[in-house]
Amino acid sequence: MLFLIIKRILLGFITLFIVSLITFVGTEILPGDACTTYLERQAFGEQLEACYRRLGLNVPAYERYVSWAVNAIQGDFGYSLSGEMPIKEVLGPRIKNSLVLASAAIFIGIPIALILGIVTALWRDKLPDVAISTVTIFAMTIPEFISATLLILIIAIWLEWLPGIVIVPTDVSFFELLPNIILPVIAIAMIMTAHMARMVRSSVIQVMASEYVQMAILKGVPYWKMVFKHVLPNALLPAINVVALTIAWLLGGVVVTEVVFNYPGLGRLVIESISNRDLPTVQALAIILASIYVSINLLADLMTLMLNPRLKTLQIRK
Amino acid sequence: MSDIIQKVKNLSIGFKSKKGEEILILKNISTKIKKGETVGIVGESGSGKSTLALAMMGYVKHGLYTIGGKCEFNSSNLLNMKSKDLEKIRGRKIAMIPQNAGQALTPNLKIGYQIDEALQLHSDLNEKEREKKISELLNKVRLPSPETIALRYPHELSGGQQQRVAVAMALAGTPDLLLLDEPTTGLDVTTQAHVLELLNFIAKDTGTSMVYVSHDLGAIAQVSDRIIVMYSGEIVLEGPSRDILKRPIHPYTHGLLKSIPKLSLAGLPESMPGSQPQPGIIQSGCSFFDRCNFSEDKCKNNSPQLEFLKELNTSVRCFNYEKLLKESQVNQNVNKIKNNSKDKEILNLSEVSISYAKQKLLDQIFNRISDDNPTVKDININIKKGETIALVGESGSGKSTILKSIAGLLRTKDGLIRFDQNRNLSSDLKERNPNDLRIIQLIFQNPDESLNPNHTVEEIIAQPLKLYFGLKGEELNKNIIDLLQKVRLGDFYMSRYPRQLSGGEKQRVAVARAFAAKPDIILCDEVTSALDVSVQAAVLNLLQQLKEDFGTTYIFVSHDLAVVRAISDRVAVLYQGRLCEVGPSNDVYKFPSHPYTEVLLGAVLEPDPDIKPKLVAEDIVEEKPPEKGCSFQGRCSRIVGDICKKEIPPWQLTDGGNAIRCHIPIKELQKEQF
Repeated sequence: MLFLIIKRILLGFITLFIVSLITFVGTEILPGDACTTYLERQAFGEQLEACYRRLGLNVPAYERYVSWAVNAIQGDFGYSLSGEMPIKEVLGPRIKNSLVLASAAIFIGIPIALILGIVTALWRDKLPDVAISTVTIFAMTIPEFISATLLILIIAIWLEWLPGIVIVPTDVSFFELLPNIILPVIAIAMIMTAHMARMVRSSVIQVMASEYVQMAILKGVPYWKMVFKHVLPNALLPAINVVALTIAWLLGGVVVTEVVFNYPGLGRLVIESISNRDLPTVQALAIILASIYVSINLLADLMTLMLNPRLKTLQIRK
Repeated sequence: MSDIIQKVKNLSIGFKSKKGEEILILKNISTKIKKGETVGIVGESGSGKSTLALAMMGYVKHGLYTIGGKCEFNSSNLLNMKSKDLEKIRGRKIAMIPQNAGQALTPNLKIGYQIDEALQLHSDLNEKEREKKISELLNKVRLPSPETIALRYPHELSGGQQQRVAVAMALAGTPDLLLLDEPTTGLDVTTQAHVLELLNFIAKDTGTSMVYVSHDLGAIAQVSDRIIVMYSGEIVLEGPSRDILKRPIHPYTHGLLKSIPKLSLAGLPESMPGSQPQPGIIQSGCSFFDRCNFSEDKCKNNSPQLEFLKELNTSVRCFNYEKLLKESQVNQNVNKIKNNSKDKEILNLSEVSISYAKQKLLDQIFNRISDDNPTVKDININIKKGETIALVGESGSGKSTILKSIAGLLRTKDGLIRFDQNRNLSSDLKERNPNDLRIIQLIFQNPDESLNPNHTVEEIIAQPLKLYFGLKGEELNKNIIDLLQKVRLGDFYMSRYPRQLSGGEKQRVAVARAFAAKPDIILCDEVTSALDVSVQAAVLNLLQQLKEDFGTTYIFVSHDLAVVRAISDRVAVLYQGRLCEVGPSNDVYKFPSHPYTEVLLGAVLEPDPDIKPKLVAEDIVEEKPPEKGCSFQGRCSRIVGDICKKEIPPWQLTDGGNAIRCHIPIKELQKEQF
């Protein structure tokens, strides 16, 4: 078991290493470099020299990669060209903001998704299922920029209940941020919940049709006891991985929603850095997003392993 | 009337088709189960036998509904009972032992909990007493060390053990009626015999009534007092077990008994033509009319009623049962198979070992396999052109592994597989040239999975013809029709998809596909075990006919010793990937034999209440072959001493040309054998 965990963690690091290489090589291969791209038409003479010196671009590529990697491990990603400050400082509040948005969506969305999924499965083909399933299909298929815009129109502009877009400084405190995030959270949670509810529904239906549930019924196990003891633990196991991917997707910045609501999270930073041609920041973001995906998937796998007795003993035996 | 425990009255169950028609799965069934009696319900797949058993618990599967009639248990109808009241009967008064215990035990709950759950629901015992009771129950079903088994999860047990747990779970509520839905199907022969013996013991010990549902007349014969034969959703014959098996007075049962291969009779049994009508196909006359050998004109338009014959205590649904009454017994005619084997050797396996061990990094680099105790070891077999050699053994005996290696799906660790004396086939698929691939073809166990559901029969058979012979257009078409005729299918089958075919027809298509490559050797992997008994005989006959026509060599893998007896010229018995006995089948089925062969032969269930299985060894499951000595040492009842544990036994020859690998001298070996 321990061996397996170590192996998985090592693999995660290897993945990150490869991602960092790809982004580094990618930016190297692109015509021009961080300075010429950023300075555009002013990229000559004294100004270019100064930029080179500041970013250390006048040493060979492999040396730059090594020093970049060593610094990155310590949390120093270099200097943001557009922000005119260390990338670390640009990232900090953005990560925090994205975390706030993501956790709010997770805490609201996941329980609702589970409940909806289970209810629709248990009342399969009956009224609750038909009603909820129709709604979830709509929630899933309407693109977030439309649902987000509609939310702004109805709740912010017509009803004037909540601010429509987030106009706060990037490093605002949590409580000041809170009223601003309600609409973005609703917009994100709608899609996420719909997806997950449908997944949970099909998983529960599959388990309900299994021979062991039929056996439990024939054993005389009362309905709700059967649902909680025999159905849910087995039906929700595969959901863990989907939940993990959703969380990673949320943390990685929900680009469209953040842009529509003008929300200062990681997603918008990605867009901004790309349009500003701020290559060092893009590089740093690539690594950070990759680490989020890798670590959350790792956590999900380990959790499935712990909860599934079949996998657990198999691993121990090996 | 108090001795009747379950009464089924005019029960009809069915479903609505997409067109809104009512399609019947069960048609007007009436029967009674008495206290303390064991009733066998037998029928092919689709005959409605499982639906009937479930209805006896008041359970109707999703999608089906009750159209009419009732199932009365202690005079209350289970089919319109509230679920609250049903919960009090299920598990407490009526318990179910499922077909596949591996699937029927909840995977995330420990064995002990699952039994405890039944006790909590259906007894007033406190926690301490329940704990004791769990141990008692596990002991009763003869599971080793109950305390530790209770803490295990279902997947940590073998198939036989899981089935025993299911029995223990059913017994927890001390039910008055036990329903068993194919409880031994899918288990190894020896395990099956042991589980049946346990069920017989429990029936006697507790006086519980049992309803035993199975397609296997052999198993039914061992347990039941009374037999109900179902065909196409109807009861066609019902009566005392002995009478039904010895003197069946319904043509279907008669034909069924004739088509089952027997251990005592070498050769292929007669097959029953046709197949059971699909539910929903409405026929005006008798549902068995198409397949009946005794039919008359009136059978075509009038459906016979179930008639009770007082003097025989039997009910029968046939106009002509009197004709069958005159036939005193089922006379089984078999077509003795001709031994076509030539002296020419076609395939030679020498010192073949196969390993499933995961390659370590170093071994991968050097492209070698290192495993001191491989799954299959020291296989030496000479296969002659035109013969049928059977590999038999329980699951884990390595018989399918050897097939895979010959087919090239699995590389060998050591040893040589040679074709036609000089062509080396020890390599795997990627290294074989197209002709090497063509000469060996496979027919798989389950035609549902081996035929591509999106291809028509035409495309399926065309593939090898195009691949190996580059046939096109008219010529290709002619060849396909030719092959279809060879497997007795008309050319109108060409445009059909596998899902539009019955199990037997699908397997025929698979046979045609194998023969399309004009192979020298065909590997048959349990080709009849997924088929119904009545279809099995037909497929076996077809295989034999094709072999005689084409001079093909068969390597036939099966766990069913009676089927092997019927079709093979030579038999190789395997245990844990090691050969135990090889010889002409006539001789292998006679004593003296290897102690393991003796165990296998003893466990065969025959559809005859007078032939009881003989249980020689325990049905333990060994995970790995022993490192030293005889492969069968762990289960052998005739160990002679330390020599069995230390030295690999020598090959000994019997008078019949049979080679047995055992430390016991041949003469001694025969002495104690039954």
